[in-house]
Amino acid sequence: MTALKDRVTARMVAPASRRRLNPYLVVAVGAALVVALTYTLPPFRTYQLATIGAYLCVTAGLTVLTGLNGQLSLGHGALMATGAYTLALWQNKFNLLAVGIVVAMLVTTAAGLIIGLAAARLRGPYLAGLTLAVAVVVPSITSTFDETFNSDQGLSVVLNPPPESMTVEQWQAWLCWAGALVTVLALALITRGRFGRDMRAVRDDETAAKLAGISIARTQVWTFVISAACAGLGGALFAVLAQSVSPGAFPLTLSLFLLMAIVIGGLGRLSGALIGAFLLVALPALAHEIGEASGSQRLEGNLALTFFGVVLVVVMLAAPGGLASLRVPRSWRPSHTTRKKKH
Amino acid sequence: MDRFLFLTFDGLSRGAVYAAFALALVLIWRATRIVNFAQGAMAVATAYVGYSVADATGSYWLGFAVAVLAGLLLGAGVERVVMRFVDHSSPLNGVVVALGLVLIIQGVLGMIYGNEFRPAEAPFSRDAFNIGGVALLSRYDVFVFAAVGAVVVLLTLLFTRTPTGLRMRAAAFAPDVSRLLGVPVGGMLTLGWALAAAVGSLAGMLVIPTELGLHPTAMDVLFISAFTAAVLGGLDSPIGAVIGGLIVGLVLSYISGYLGATVAPMAVLALLVVVLLGRPDGLFARSKARTA
Repeated sequence: MTALKDRVTARMVAPASRRRLNPYLVVAVGAALVVALTYTLPPFRTYQLATIGAYLCVTAGLTVLTGLNGQLSLGHGALMATGAYTLALWQNKFNLLAVGIVVAMLVTTAAGLIIGLAAARLRGPYLAGLTLAVAVVVPSITSTFDETFNSDQGLSVVLNPPPESMTVEQWQAWLCWAGALVTVLALALITRGRFGRDMRAVRDDETAAKLAGISIARTQVWTFVISAACAGLGGALFAVLAQSVSPGAFPLTLSLFLLMAIVIGGLGRLSGALIGAFLLVALPALAHEIGEASGSQRLEGNLALTFFGVVLVVVMLAAPGGLASLRVPRSWRPSHTTRKKKH
Repeated sequence: MDRFLFLTFDGLSRGAVYAAFALALVLIWRATRIVNFAQGAMAVATAYVGYSVADATGSYWLGFAVAVLAGLLLGAGVERVVMRFVDHSSPLNGVVVALGLVLIIQGVLGMIYGNEFRPAEAPFSRDAFNIGGVALLSRYDVFVFAAVGAVVVLLTLLFTRTPTGLRMRAAAFAPDVSRLLGVPVGGMLTLGWALAAAVGSLAGMLVIPTELGLHPTAMDVLFISAFTAAVLGGLDSPIGAVIGGLIVGLVLSYISGYLGATVAPMAVLALLVVVLLGRPDGLFARSKARTA
């Protein structure tokens, strides 16, 4: 009896004891950290830091969609491409970066709305298959309309030089992390509120959610749209970082990498999205160094590919909750053993 | 009219390959309720093995046999080593693991063979015969029809006429009861995966000479087409997969013939959307559930 009481109280205490960080504080500390890093790191590392920021926009949005709402999207690479190409076309016409990023997000949001409307009617492997098709097909659109998108060569992105007091890399890092931190803050606030609860309810039990008065389809479509906006922002930032866009930069493997990134850090956790974004930059860099050391060009890109695949499989088999979920299982805790003694 | 006839036969020939590949997807879906998203990558891997053997020995047919055999082994290996341990509490898990396999296979292939297209020779001429002044079929198309037809007939015989086929069906539809009756359910699953992967390898060997050649990602678009075919047929129905494959092949052939080849990938996507939103249960499936 006491054991049962222990367990019940443990359950009730657990959420409170898991300290909830104040998102504003986290973002402020993050911003300070990024600014400090941009003044201490060498230029190439600063560029990598900027890339982590751009990835974080996408992984944060994707982990909310997949982890909290249960919709698996393999199409986020294609949504990034949408954002990147929109920004490139805008910049080459008007050269107004701030507006361009917003326009890129809006266009990607519209694309996300279309996919999301279809996705809300689909489940499991059907949704995965549809989004996979989006990821495979969208890069080939650049060849279909080659006057606009210039086929495989892609487009270059016109950019104004950064303010004089900054290097290009510093400016890129600030821009990307501004985007990333705003994204994370917005997502943290959304997922903590009523809408976040709706998302989780729909993921866990659609029938129960419906009985509680939640519109399943609306929740799923909205989540997809939010996630698509994040992917559009990330894509636009990538276009700024690379100063060019081409279909080769957004292959199917990019979408799979994004999936790996959110799985390894723990689905549905924004901290996991950060770990994933870091690994997306760090592991290919590591593979690049190993490839250079061994003198084999074939090793370079493919080593990262293989490694990501192995990580994805191993994490899904050993710890489906991701690395962040690797805690002491309930059965090892004292309360359980006391119960066993009674029998 | 001549062009229409040519495109029809071309579409049927493509469709036969999609049908075989969709059949492989359906075999695994029926047995395990997993859509094997790694099917395309597995088929490419065995095609690389097959063409390596063919290059080394100079015999296409030896390479072909080795590729199908490698498919059997790879399928069994994937089931035994990886898929058996997937936690089925969420349908996402099987999909994610299969996608992880895609990355592993593409990475390993890239490391061994490099990321450039390698030419793949067809065993027969791909020039179409002229029948009454109209170019209709090539020898290779005839070979494709014969190979896929043989696979369909053999699988039908296996599933309907042999005790093993009966055990496999039983293990898929009622695993617990089958186990009580002494059917080795685990073994049947392994056999199902092995067969499906072998059929996938065969489809891969058939399609690669007609495309750009061997490449780690060579089957990506084909996978989408075959998935569309399988969904059109209802994912649960082997006959549906074959008919779905032929329909998808015809549609794509007409579209790329009349509107240009670059439109074809978008046409696949559009077709998939139409099928998923219009007839998500497929043309032939009897079951109502599409949630699994």
